[in-house]
Amino acid sequence: MADPALLSVRGLARPGLQPLAFDLAEGECLAVRGPSGAGKSLLLRALADLDPNDGELSLDGERREAMPAPRWRRLVTYLPAEPGWWAETVGAHFADWAAAEPLVEALGLPAASRDWPVSRLSTGERQRLALVRALVQRPRVLLLDEPTAGLDETARDAVETLIAARLAEGAAALWVTHDAGQARRLARRCLRVEGGRVTEDAP
Amino acid sequence: MSYIQLDVFDLALAALLVILNGALSIALQLRLERQLFIATLRMIVQLFLVGLVLTTLFTLVSPGWTGLAALAMVLFAGREIMARQDRPLAGLWSYGLGTGCMLVAAGLVTVFALTTPVQPEPWYHPRYALPLLGMILGNTMTGISLGLHTLTTGLVRDRVAVEAQLTLGATRRVAMLPVTRAALKSALMPIVNAMAATGLVALPGMMTGQILAGVAPGEAVKYQILIMFLIAGGTGLGATAAVLACGLRLSDRRHRLRLDRLAPARE
Repeated sequence: MADPALLSVRGLARPGLQPLAFDLAEGECLAVRGPSGAGKSLLLRALADLDPNDGELSLDGERREAMPAPRWRRLVTYLPAEPGWWAETVGAHFADWAAAEPLVEALGLPAASRDWPVSRLSTGERQRLALVRALVQRPRVLLLDEPTAGLDETARDAVETLIAARLAEGAAALWVTHDAGQARRLARRCLRVEGGRVTEDAP
Repeated sequence: MSYIQLDVFDLALAALLVILNGALSIALQLRLERQLFIATLRMIVQLFLVGLVLTTLFTLVSPGWTGLAALAMVLFAGREIMARQDRPLAGLWSYGLGTGCMLVAAGLVTVFALTTPVQPEPWYHPRYALPLLGMILGNTMTGISLGLHTLTTGLVRDRVAVEAQLTLGATRRVAMLPVTRAALKSALMPIVNAMAATGLVALPGMMTGQILAGVAPGEAVKYQILIMFLIAGGTGLGATAAVLACGLRLSDRRHRLRLDRLAPARE
């Protein structure tokens, strides 16, 4: 048998989603496509264990239920399309801003954004800063829900480059996108979600 | 002791004031006269019934009947907590959680008051037990309802922020902490404000009652201070237990936020 997959999913099911199975190898990116409301976010939330769900999931051979949920989510991190904020300023959301700064700058935002009030951020700024917030914890699997939907081309390319670098270092990603070009650029495999049914095909 | 008794004529005279309200309602077409009449009637009947019940309980001085009356008071207060929630917990939890926490908190504080500072003979004497419980219960009820209301509406409103922390690997305790703090603050603010304003803005009902009954003001004041301490204790204990238990109920062992355990929003 080959090396166990980085992320192994068997019989994952939840209300709104029919049972599905797939493996994700190190460095692999899986595009997730399908119409709005088809269950793409439900799939990502179930993988992150944010809603009640059934299934055998394991990361590097370690079963999900064998580790505390907070540790699972640090390793398998979900980035929603509209990320949430719980403090006034951007900096208050980072335990270690020094580690975040290079990533912030790589995504075209100034280091001074640390002192910005969250209420002032544009959609695109929120998306990029939330991505950095997730990346500084060095998750093994990224569950990205349209991470470039509100971005211009330059910022979109910066995000794609940053994620590609993480994949090259051995991480893996599920990437929800409505953009066929982006799906082909990023992924060799694709999960198609339609009416709660998930099938695999080429991007 | 100088105590002035009231007779029916005194009450009838004072009732003229309510009748004045009714006349006002008719003259200005407020359409309140019917409600006013029913409310007045209810008050008279309910208070006379309570007077009757208390008279009986005071003659019996039985632990069983006193306990039963106390339990009935707690159960009514529990219904009141539930009625004050916009988004109560689904199922039996909505009644059980608030009532349970109130029973434990108000019960403990009342028993403490009866066995340590006040010490009537016997300790469960209804003349002391029921008024004390009533005062502690009323305030604990307000604290618990405010705390639960702030917690549930806060979690619904800040769901995205709470889940943002969860997705990054925070425990449910950490992720819910801002909302939990706000809930406990709003539960305790009324008693803090009441203590700060007592004596300046409002003369407490029990103290004035004792003074009218002929107790020396200095003695009545001591009783009132004791009551405020008991109320603060009961409110803090009950609200903390209720808010923490409700927070646990609205999350699970896999550190998920479980707003599906709230009853659907009311129209």
